[in-house]
Amino acid sequence: MSDKRTTVEDMAAEVADGMTVGIGGWGSRRKPMAVVRALLRSGARDLTVVSYGGPDVGLLCAAGRVRKAVYAFVTLDSVALDPHFRRARQTGAIDAMELDEGMFYLGLLAASQRVPFLPTRAGLGSDVLRLNPGLATVRSPYGDEELVAVPALELDVAFVHLNRADTNGNGQVLGPDPFFDELFLGAAARRFVTAEKVVAPGGLLDEGPVQTVTVNRLMTDGVAEVPGGAHFTSCPPDYGRDEAFQRRYVTAAAEAESWADFERHFLDADEAGYRAAVAEAGDAGARP
Amino acid sequence: MSGATEVTRAEVCVVACAEAWRGDGEVMASPFGTIPAIGARLARRTFAPDLVLTDGEAALMANTPALSAPRQELVLEAWMPYRRVFDVVWSGRRHIMMMASQVDRHGNQNLSAIGDWARPKAQLIGVRGAPGNSVNHVTSYWVPSHSPRSFVEHVDVVCGVGYDRAAAAGPAATRFHEVRVVVSNLGVFDFATPDHVMRLRSVHPGVTVDEVVAATGFALVVPDPVPETRLPTAEELELVRDVLDPGAARHAEVAP
Repeated sequence: MSDKRTTVEDMAAEVADGMTVGIGGWGSRRKPMAVVRALLRSGARDLTVVSYGGPDVGLLCAAGRVRKAVYAFVTLDSVALDPHFRRARQTGAIDAMELDEGMFYLGLLAASQRVPFLPTRAGLGSDVLRLNPGLATVRSPYGDEELVAVPALELDVAFVHLNRADTNGNGQVLGPDPFFDELFLGAAARRFVTAEKVVAPGGLLDEGPVQTVTVNRLMTDGVAEVPGGAHFTSCPPDYGRDEAFQRRYVTAAAEAESWADFERHFLDADEAGYRAAVAEAGDAGARP
Repeated sequence: MSGATEVTRAEVCVVACAEAWRGDGEVMASPFGTIPAIGARLARRTFAPDLVLTDGEAALMANTPALSAPRQELVLEAWMPYRRVFDVVWSGRRHIMMMASQVDRHGNQNLSAIGDWARPKAQLIGVRGAPGNSVNHVTSYWVPSHSPRSFVEHVDVVCGVGYDRAAAAGPAATRFHEVRVVVSNLGVFDFATPDHVMRLRSVHPGVTVDEVVAATGFALVVPDPVPETRLPTAEELELVRDVLDPGAARHAEVAP
């Protein structure tokens, strides 16, 4: 059986300019932040970022890597709005496809099922249809209802961060919510998992019951052990959100100078350098 | 025992929000904002015991503790991750009370952006689940700061769908659509008019009809006379003050 272990650098290197990248998690929760940081270093640009958005979208916008964002919201949860994303929208720096949360789910599901669309009421009557003129409605072949046809959100690459994985690419969520990570993986051509800990095949059942292994190896191409890989977003039960560091991120975003300082201090180095800088900064933080 | 004169505006708002869920039976009550969250818990503690409430994470809560209760005090009754929430949304067994940065006379709601959407003056959180919620199950709104900027003639981005837009979209949109009430810091509003435009249902004690009209950026339907929003009962007041919100978080949302 193939050992799928790789590194975040090699995962990020899969992303070429202009690709559509799906990022798992939800808001400021269990985001594959180590991969996002690797993407900042890799230089990939003109990306279409598909995300239940949090600081992943913010960081990529701040670095000018986003051509288009596909989202239902962008939030930091304990801080309502992401300052970089707001600026990108308000300056017209990025294109936007803003969808209802349920439409977004169905778009990933359609891509996972290799069908061109799935029907829903969600979106009817709202400006989601007006603002996305590419969205179409479809008439029920069984009645007269006209429903929204949510197009498949096909991804070139997807990244998710889980609590545990094994070397074969099975993945485990020990926290309460698997979010839509399985669908991001299902919707993508290339699929990568980072995890707090990577164990030998068969070892996941020592970590939690079989129903917590929500990702199986049919769904993955590569896996990397990255302790603290979701920092500063939450990754329960391994760690909560680093609220102090998130506030630092928000505060730094206020001015170009303070943001350049944040980048220099935390983002220019590799993941080990990031972790060292976070530890030195003394905010609570993820402690692998 | 607290006298009626001591009741704060925030406490009136809690009860007005709670009243939104009266008679709903066994549905998921999804409150957004502090006062609606206290209101939903108050409703379940009193006249709407069958309501289903989430723990704010990925589970349903069997008990109804204080808003500020630590997680170890929560008793959970079922799993409800986000993906399952959409099963509930699309089944219709839900009544959400969302917040609205803008709401208009037809009950359209905006929480996406202010100004021109292509390059907004202010990007807000995004449409979230509002489009789907509003055409799949009962929806109400909470506006803690009633002003001509929040009660507008036309919202900048239609997120939650109002009566005019649902009607224009056709039967698939109107089939399960209902905007039940809008609760603000000044009064309670509904759409019980022949053409489903917003009507002033009641003013909170201490608020005049003229104040409400002046704070509203469109022509409200104003009945004569306008009733007053009811005060909390002694039991409700005790629940709110001593059990559900002992830290008085409600007064951070609407000043006492």
